[in-house]
Amino acid sequence: MESYTIHDYDVLVIGAGGAGLRAAIAAIEQGAKVGVVTKSLLGKAHTVMAEGGMAAAMGNVRPEDNWKVHFRDTLKGGGMLNNWKMVENYTKEAPDRVRELEQWGAVFDRTPDGRINQRNFGGHSYPRLAHVGDRTGLELIRTLQDHAVKMGIHAHMETTIYRLLTDAGRVVGALGFNRQTGEFLVFRAKAVVLATGGLGRIYQITSNSWECTGDGFSLASMVGADLIDMEFIQFHPTGMVWPPSVMGILVTEGVRGEGGVLKNSEGRRFMFDNVPERYKGEFAETEEEAERWLQGDRSARRPPELLTRDVVARAIRKEVNEGRGSPHGGAYLDIASRRPADYIKKKLPSMYHQFMKLGNLDITKEPMEVGPTCHYVMGGVRVDPDTQATNVPGLYAAGEVAGGLHGANRLGGNSLSDLVVFGRRAGMAAAEYAAKQSGSYQVDEAQVRAYIAEALQPFNNPQGENPFALMKELRASMQKNAGIMREEGELKAQLEILANLKKRAWNTSVSGSRAYNPGWHTALDMRLMVEISEAVVLAALARKESRGGHARLDYPDPDPTFAKINHIIRRSSDGTLTVVAEPLPEMPEELRKVAEAKDLKELSDKVGA
Amino acid sequence: MSTVTFRIFRGDRNGGELKDYTIEVQEGMVVLDAIHQIQAEQAPDLACRWNCKAGKCGSCGAEVNGKPTLMCMTRLDTIDTSKPVTVRPMKTFPVIRDLATDVKWNYEANKKIKPFTPAPNTDWIMFQEDVDRVQEFRKCIECFLCQNVCHVLREHDEKTGFIGPRLLVRTASLEMHPLDVENRLDMLKNEGGIGYCNITKCCTEVCPEHIHITDNAIIPLKERVVDEYYDPILGFFRRLFGSKKQAAASSQAADD
Repeated sequence: MESYTIHDYDVLVIGAGGAGLRAAIAAIEQGAKVGVVTKSLLGKAHTVMAEGGMAAAMGNVRPEDNWKVHFRDTLKGGGMLNNWKMVENYTKEAPDRVRELEQWGAVFDRTPDGRINQRNFGGHSYPRLAHVGDRTGLELIRTLQDHAVKMGIHAHMETTIYRLLTDAGRVVGALGFNRQTGEFLVFRAKAVVLATGGLGRIYQITSNSWECTGDGFSLASMVGADLIDMEFIQFHPTGMVWPPSVMGILVTEGVRGEGGVLKNSEGRRFMFDNVPERYKGEFAETEEEAERWLQGDRSARRPPELLTRDVVARAIRKEVNEGRGSPHGGAYLDIASRRPADYIKKKLPSMYHQFMKLGNLDITKEPMEVGPTCHYVMGGVRVDPDTQATNVPGLYAAGEVAGGLHGANRLGGNSLSDLVVFGRRAGMAAAEYAAKQSGSYQVDEAQVRAYIAEALQPFNNPQGENPFALMKELRASMQKNAGIMREEGELKAQLEILANLKKRAWNTSVSGSRAYNPGWHTALDMRLMVEISEAVVLAALARKESRGGHARLDYPDPDPTFAKINHIIRRSSDGTLTVVAEPLPEMPEELRKVAEAKDLKELSDKVGA
Repeated sequence: MSTVTFRIFRGDRNGGELKDYTIEVQEGMVVLDAIHQIQAEQAPDLACRWNCKAGKCGSCGAEVNGKPTLMCMTRLDTIDTSKPVTVRPMKTFPVIRDLATDVKWNYEANKKIKPFTPAPNTDWIMFQEDVDRVQEFRKCIECFLCQNVCHVLREHDEKTGFIGPRLLVRTASLEMHPLDVENRLDMLKNEGGIGYCNITKCCTEVCPEHIHITDNAIIPLKERVVDEYYDPILGFFRRLFGSKKQAAASSQAADD
């Protein structure tokens, strides 16, 4: 019989990106025995790829900035579907979390007076993103990694979780395997924090690494946790479009933050024609005004290239569809004509190298070609806004895998600070919960044995399908039928495709040994990816309107009825998924005034700080 | 579109062999794309570590035609594809399987370095010109290619008394942090083994982040070690007044 080793922890953290590491640090600080599981090596999680910066209303560059303006910007960018309490917690705590990173050794770019510098980004009213050139994610993850090592973190590197384990309705651990050896591991834990990141790999064109297969959403849903707003997927407007092998790799919004402009094949700055009604009056109306803004004139409004990502992505798509795209099907992003070469190399060094190496293009001399790429999911596991607890006792979620903070669309820069604000909250709450659990909880050995047999099944199925080919089919179909523009017929067709793929995902064949076997890993990833794809498509079908990261060709406008609801995606006892509409949590009047403020000056004294 | 043959190491820590795989390649492809295509079409169990595919995570280091490099940043049109392209794992570390190596020694050796220790009650004011050099070191993506090519580790396998260029860079990033007050010179001299480095600059040459590992990190650290332990005049003054870092720490504390 297959053997396995057992590890006991108070808190098991699944994922070692920003949220997972911050959760682990918080739980260790509470005195918990903490284990961290990561599919990669420590320091390689997808957080490392974040470029532009982390948003926090520190007011270092513009003293008028404060949490209220950040609160208002975040809700406005999110189509007001955000969980207001999460936004409040987030915008109030983000500055402390940034300063804490500095105290743990992070070295952010500086203002002239020696404080943490902050840069402009889409949807943020003031320069608000603490950053390190265009490698802020690396700075964040390395700082957390070093601090976690200092605290004595116990990391299981290159380990995949296959299923969560439950006992009497509680999560009591997880079953996983060591990717290097193929050996199974049982983690017994009083509390589990999911920090597994996003699901970009269900799409063909994505900025996400292989790890982002949506594990956490599926693992949570399979033990009965509710998901929320899974229809909202962020397509980042600027991914590389050429050469084909790099399609989707991210081009930071920092390029536009530093003054880069978008042009179509006719040389027109088309974003001036694409300012949505709700943002009218907040953006420059002429190139001349936008130019003055770049030169630092505070009476000038921001250029429309800094509209939110959903708006910019759809505008690029429209230019391409109407025949005004670049040769490889994108738009031009031009920083070369806006800033001196030395400045570009200093502020955007990795973009410079990325294009030089992969695209044979010098961004200090020529414009880039860019187009939308699947980047982020706003929806996720539904959590309590204060503790990040799910509806399943013992299970917590933080970071991208958790839903609610970003509503229908996330502002750039709001992810990195989300990770540390809610990673900390989740770690603290999980440790507190674990401390209250007395003695007896059981891991069901029969359950473990059944899961192991299930996971090994592709080795004993010589007539099964090639898992790589299957994954390619899934990603291509999601891209085509549930991508940036959606409509009912295609979404329904995708549900049928997924039903078919779901069966086939359980009939794959792999060869070779269990040690570091990518075919086997892909076969198991597929089982989770079809589940979460279905949740995305069901929620997208149910939302008959366009808002934020969800755009319907058949319902092109926002609908006031849908403005009042979140979608809860719930698994019934027979395993089928259903979508339930729930009214948004009621926002206190005082905060509603902040969220709806027309004039930012009102926000300095409207609500006590 | 053309056809290229890749000659890839298949095996584990007990040994293995080079196997040929021929695929159709497209414009703009990098070596990692070729590996993935071979996985998908011919060898689903071909092991290779990767993450970001954009030169940001440092996972996919390997030796392509003998040259240590990140596979994700090595375009096929920059190498000779008229002959079979050889892809081997990094030599300095034990092979797990195929192109994936066991790099956990780096994580263990890292624990020798004392963590960031800021002066108590600092005001956290730092100027850009004072952090530029630390930021250069902090660009490191931990691909371990520098460790892979360092003679001390690669030829002499000195993994107990030497921490290698990556970890010397990390030490430099802490030692040169404007607000750090810890002293790591004893570690550098002893278990860090900085004296083993004979400045051949192989590490600098392979660094995908273009960090001036030897000139900006290792040589200044060597100078500090020499000043601390081997300079008789400085040694005399230090016995009288204490070391520079201790002095900085006590004056900081006194200011608050």
